[in-house]
Amino acid sequence: MSASTGFINIGERTNVAGSARFKRLIVDGDFAEALSIARQQVENGAQIIDINMDDGLIDGVRAMTTYLNLLASEPDIARVPIMLDSSKWDVIEAGLKCVQGKSVVNSISLKEGEKPFLEQAELVRRYGASAVIMAFDEGGQAETADHKFEICKRAYDLLTACGFPPQDIIFDPNIFAVATGIEEHNDYAVAFFEASKRIKKHLPYARISGGLSNVSFSFRGNNPVREAMHSVFLYHAIKAGLDMAIVNAGQLTIYDRIPDTLKTRVEDVILNKREDATDRLLEVAQDYAGGKRTLKKTDLKWRKLATADRLSHALVNGITKYIVADTEEARLASERPLHVIEGPLMDGMNQVGDLFGAGKMFLPQVVKSARVMKQAVAHLLPYMEEEKKRLGTEDISNGRIVMATVKGDVHDIGKNIVGVVLQCNGYEVIDLGVMVACEKILETAKEVDADIIGLSGLITPSLDEMVYVAGEMQRQGLNLPLMIGGATTSITHTAVKIAPAYSKDSTIYVQDASRAVGVVTNLLGDNAEAFKQDTHTKYKKARAAHARAQGGRKRLSLADARANKCALDWDGYKAPKPSFLGAKTFKNYDLNIVRPYIDWTPFFATWELKGRYPDILQHNVYGEAARGLYRDAGAMLDKILSENWVQAQVTLGFWPAVSTGDDIQLFSDESRKNELAVLHTLRQQMVKSEGRNNYALSDFIAPENINQDYIGGFCVTAGLGIDGKDESSRVRDFKAADDDYSAILFQALCDRLAEALAEHLHERVRREFWGYEKSARFGVKGLVAEDYKGIRPAPGYPAQPDHTEKAVLFKLLGGDCPEETMGVKLTESFAMQPASSVSGLYFSHPDSLYFGVGKIEKDQAEDYALRKGIALSEAERWLAPILNYD
Amino acid sequence: MTIWPKIEQAIKDRILILDGAMGTMLQAYKFDEAAFRGKKFADWPTPLRGNNDLLNITKPDAVRKVHADFFKAGADMIETNTFNATTISQSDYGLSEHARDIAKAGAKIARAAADEWTQKTPDKPRAVLGAIGPLSKTLSLSPKVEDPGFRDVDFDQVVISYKIQIEAMWDYVDALLIETIFDTLNAKAAIFAAKEVFASRHKELPLMISGTITDNSGRTLSGQTVEAFWYSIAHARPFAVGLNCALGAEEMRPYVQALAKIADTHILAYPNAGLPNAFGEYVETPTHMCNHILPWAQDGWVNIVGGCCGSTPKHIAKLEQDTSELEPRNIPDIKPALRLSGLEPFALGAS
Repeated sequence: MSASTGFINIGERTNVAGSARFKRLIVDGDFAEALSIARQQVENGAQIIDINMDDGLIDGVRAMTTYLNLLASEPDIARVPIMLDSSKWDVIEAGLKCVQGKSVVNSISLKEGEKPFLEQAELVRRYGASAVIMAFDEGGQAETADHKFEICKRAYDLLTACGFPPQDIIFDPNIFAVATGIEEHNDYAVAFFEASKRIKKHLPYARISGGLSNVSFSFRGNNPVREAMHSVFLYHAIKAGLDMAIVNAGQLTIYDRIPDTLKTRVEDVILNKREDATDRLLEVAQDYAGGKRTLKKTDLKWRKLATADRLSHALVNGITKYIVADTEEARLASERPLHVIEGPLMDGMNQVGDLFGAGKMFLPQVVKSARVMKQAVAHLLPYMEEEKKRLGTEDISNGRIVMATVKGDVHDIGKNIVGVVLQCNGYEVIDLGVMVACEKILETAKEVDADIIGLSGLITPSLDEMVYVAGEMQRQGLNLPLMIGGATTSITHTAVKIAPAYSKDSTIYVQDASRAVGVVTNLLGDNAEAFKQDTHTKYKKARAAHARAQGGRKRLSLADARANKCALDWDGYKAPKPSFLGAKTFKNYDLNIVRPYIDWTPFFATWELKGRYPDILQHNVYGEAARGLYRDAGAMLDKILSENWVQAQVTLGFWPAVSTGDDIQLFSDESRKNELAVLHTLRQQMVKSEGRNNYALSDFIAPENINQDYIGGFCVTAGLGIDGKDESSRVRDFKAADDDYSAILFQALCDRLAEALAEHLHERVRREFWGYEKSARFGVKGLVAEDYKGIRPAPGYPAQPDHTEKAVLFKLLGGDCPEETMGVKLTESFAMQPASSVSGLYFSHPDSLYFGVGKIEKDQAEDYALRKGIALSEAERWLAPILNYD
Repeated sequence: MTIWPKIEQAIKDRILILDGAMGTMLQAYKFDEAAFRGKKFADWPTPLRGNNDLLNITKPDAVRKVHADFFKAGADMIETNTFNATTISQSDYGLSEHARDIAKAGAKIARAAADEWTQKTPDKPRAVLGAIGPLSKTLSLSPKVEDPGFRDVDFDQVVISYKIQIEAMWDYVDALLIETIFDTLNAKAAIFAAKEVFASRHKELPLMISGTITDNSGRTLSGQTVEAFWYSIAHARPFAVGLNCALGAEEMRPYVQALAKIADTHILAYPNAGLPNAFGEYVETPTHMCNHILPWAQDGWVNIVGGCCGSTPKHIAKLEQDTSELEPRNIPDIKPALRLSGLEPFALGAS
């Protein structure tokens, strides 16, 4: 963001003189926490941050260097320019050696004479900074307007004569305390204004700055008066030409909001209008000293609107703060509590729905609106219950939907989002949670007389479970539409596998949350029959297209695919040796280290904001929603990390390995005699063009033991907790508090942390544990992203689509009870629990690469079953999504 | 004798041509370890293959041939083969003490090649730019993930390393080119070093400065946008500012445009020959590369163009041919204003 005009707020809290807390943190060496103060300043709108380490207890050069070096790795802080603030030149110079941007030196002056002044100015130019010049000369600090201007003019002439660019000169004509009781001080503010005007008139391109808090120094302890003085001073100083000031950006009263009496008396002091101005301000000062901070400058005009309008404002803007009070007000004014829901609340939600439909609001904002709605409804619920008892009235809803993540699967972020969006549109959602058995889903649906059942799942075995649920619905004779959603589901799978299992009503695939409302409205609306007929026709076509595609695509026999394997040149290949063999676990892994590894792009995708991070923050359509979401995510992440909401654990291991055909044999030690386990891999069977291979992961492990090759494995989780307060229990707590927004946000962040942890661990593995990648090299080639060597494919994903291989990996890493050793366990569908976990294998060969196995033929399924020692039907069950035959 | 006034004249009339890649041209010789070592370093304890700058001493004819080929292709200015000829970068090979000699030898070879071609074609001025690379160690980034405040090297060490390089090249080069900047603080140290040398020698050489946008995020590796980068180095008052490396011409376009809009000096751009393929090779053809660079010239964004990784004399010849009739960019009149930067630019508008 580039501000091109206007007044500049310089953050003052990263100044040991301006903030007692910052000083304590620096003295204690808690630089991480001290960074959060800088972050807060930027978030509160500081456009430049002033950093000052001048204190007797602090080694200024060291503190400045350490702080700036740490700050450089925090892009959300480092995006703004730095003001290097010190009365010691060596501290300023230490700072100049650490900042890549163009910063502001604060300050230099003529107090030691012209020679040192010009030497320092020359260095400022050489380092590429601009400079604040204090109105200070050999005789001291200038107090009168004439003296202030005279010094500034002299400095300006000296500098420009040496070629110092005038636009890089910022004058500080000294803001001194007024109302001190000393008569000579009364004109200090006026002198500042007068000098500023003359500087602006006579010294072209020069800018004016100042340290604001000085002016109110005599009212220490009375913040309301101080803030009023600051506002009044700024109001006049800006008119006189002040361009920037060091202020606490979070604590400025708006000039127009200062109570009239206070304003008049402060103005009299600042402008030195009457002799008794100080006394008169003192008279009233106590009235405002109640210790209460004046309100933060939030626009609260909407609070003056009528109740109904306030409710819709709160809903559209996602503000929960006043919702209970406003809802209560609306209830008291209504005949029945239900009328509040049907009236103003639904009107507000309809606005939200319309804006969402029109692409003017986005998912994160809608989920926030839902949070407001839920809290309003929660307030009304007891009254409605009471009324129901009294009058025997009935609930009404647009429709009732039972939703669940199917048995064996633990992922439910997407399902939660869909649930919230449906609730926003007046549907009643009964969410059964994760790992829900088929029986429970069907029983609930019957019990509550559901209008629709919605099933969700992320891992491929869930697809099978969905087919099973559909079959049971058929068998038990249910008559209601079935909705299917989740990352691995597709229109093809729904049409080909699920829909045929259930003929009593429609089975329909829902691509994402934004389509859920449309589908449900159609299914339950007046034209439901036509919609169902359309869907039926569409799916029939999808099945036909699928069948055609099947016939047309030629595949190789397994033998031919193997003949075209990726035959690496193992002659003379020396595999790198890991630093240890066997498995190791690190408990309570520090997630702060992991934070910079977070890939935000998928996070935004979860919320259906599609685009690359950080570009998405400036996106012309999604930008605003993305920024809001990103802010909320940052704030929650701060809490997750500082308050240890979740704990992370890492397990990794390495074993001597050799490939035998499409399998990888692992040994317990270097003697390579005792087989520890066998990993089975799958080979691509698509027809490849000349020179391209049919890959299997086993191709990347040496086939002979003379090469002394190894394989690694890992499992990381960011979903553990202390005292039973783990990821899923926190999600439950949020939901119980009607705060789905935080629940989903939290889940999405845990998910990102786990992925980031996996990425971070892979880097440590390459550099340290396996150690085949030496220190970071920034040669020209290194500039191309992701050119590191080695891969970390995960069972269940394209390079090895069989989830059951996770069992082998978990046994290797965690022994017989992985939950105890690694903190992660597998469900019957081989989903990992906690959900925010990532596992995979490590391959170090420089030519190893990620690929997709694609569809396989029956010959490979048979061969695979034989190798794994399981029945063909069992193998086919797990491989179902990739079988090229029915 | 200096030919720089002629360059300053020529740049008013036409788009000047910079050379192409030295590194990938030298790789084509496929020199083995022994060739890199030559006689002088036959017994050096560490492997030296890949240290292209060392070839200034051990294979000077090969380096000279590359320079000559680029001049023949029509380059107005060439870069010395000294990208890594600094004490810090050479420390990777244990050759810090030889960095000065390597830089000097590189500058000498380039000078000789330029003088030969100036004699051959006196109408076309041939200039030598002392190439100053980004170093193998960086001031804004920590090499240790667990310790973000850690630095391998400090500002003063970087300044000294660059000063040695600039001093070594001083007698032979017409200008200095600080290039492939992925950490602006390293570049600021190079500018600082140059200014110190200028002060002690009472003479200034023109500076050219070229940053590297690493990917489509539009940022340098150290996180700055193009605008923030320019604000951070504008105090050098460079003869030209530009972009090179990491991107092909196609990807570089928006950043060249952004720079051309704000910089009140000449614009220089020398992209890679496309993006590397799966084998790390650059395979973009001269025609393809020129097709993407020409619109920059037609839009009036550039004053100097050339090629970085993968560009050959053929690319440069094609560039020279295609741009010869095109107008160079007019330097815009940018109003003085307080311009600051962090990772992002900040300007207090001209009043």
